[in-house]
Amino acid sequence: MPQITVKAAIENLPAVTSFVDEMLEANGCGMKALMQLNIAVDELFSNIAHYAYPGGAGEVTVTAAFDAPQRLFVLTFTDSGIPYNPLDREDPDITLSAEERQIGGLGIMMVRKTMDGMTYEYTDGHNILTISKKI
Amino acid sequence: MNISKTFKDGALTIALQGRLDTTTAPLLEQELQASLDGVTALRFDFAQLEYISSAGLRVLLTSQKQMNKQGTMVVCNVNETIGEVFEITGFSDVLTIE
Repeated sequence: MPQITVKAAIENLPAVTSFVDEMLEANGCGMKALMQLNIAVDELFSNIAHYAYPGGAGEVTVTAAFDAPQRLFVLTFTDSGIPYNPLDREDPDITLSAEERQIGGLGIMMVRKTMDGMTYEYTDGHNILTISKKI
Repeated sequence: MNISKTFKDGALTIALQGRLDTTTAPLLEQELQASLDGVTALRFDFAQLEYISSAGLRVLLTSQKQMNKQGTMVVCNVNETIGEVFEITGFSDVLTIE
């Protein structure tokens, strides 16, 4: 399966986004799903870059798979940082005024609502986060 | 992402082109910090903006709070993807979208 491994740092987000875009474009992904997947990549990659390795930089591997008959695109983010399940987090209150608003948690909520599937497991010292979407 | 600014008589229009994401949101934040003094009407033109992630939402929220103190802020020419982001996150209730 195609994959890319980079240091978990924000400056590597464009490389991961390009990797995903190439795969999506090669498989005839529509613009809306492409944008939603770009947003998902931003949210998940930046979470790992910000929080997975508090002591220093580790790596992230992003693996892409496409099930052509189902038109299902699957992306897996694997890191060996501190265990963290983003699905455990409660959705933020989205009815508050501008003054009371918090941004934390909004990104993951967006990903959950725009993808068709999202799973997390912690195995052999790795956080493995998988998202899937029909394209 | 490209940022272009037009300022006239207290009205500032900021047009964004590209992606407002984790890597580009800090650029917009710096631009706003340097530009909002004396602005009473702020307009974001998103006609050329492809999408926005939560890092971009954070900057828009900071900007909205600032403008609540000194004037108005509107966001215009929002595409479908960005409109959906605003709906999902409840930002459609916080921002003025034209």
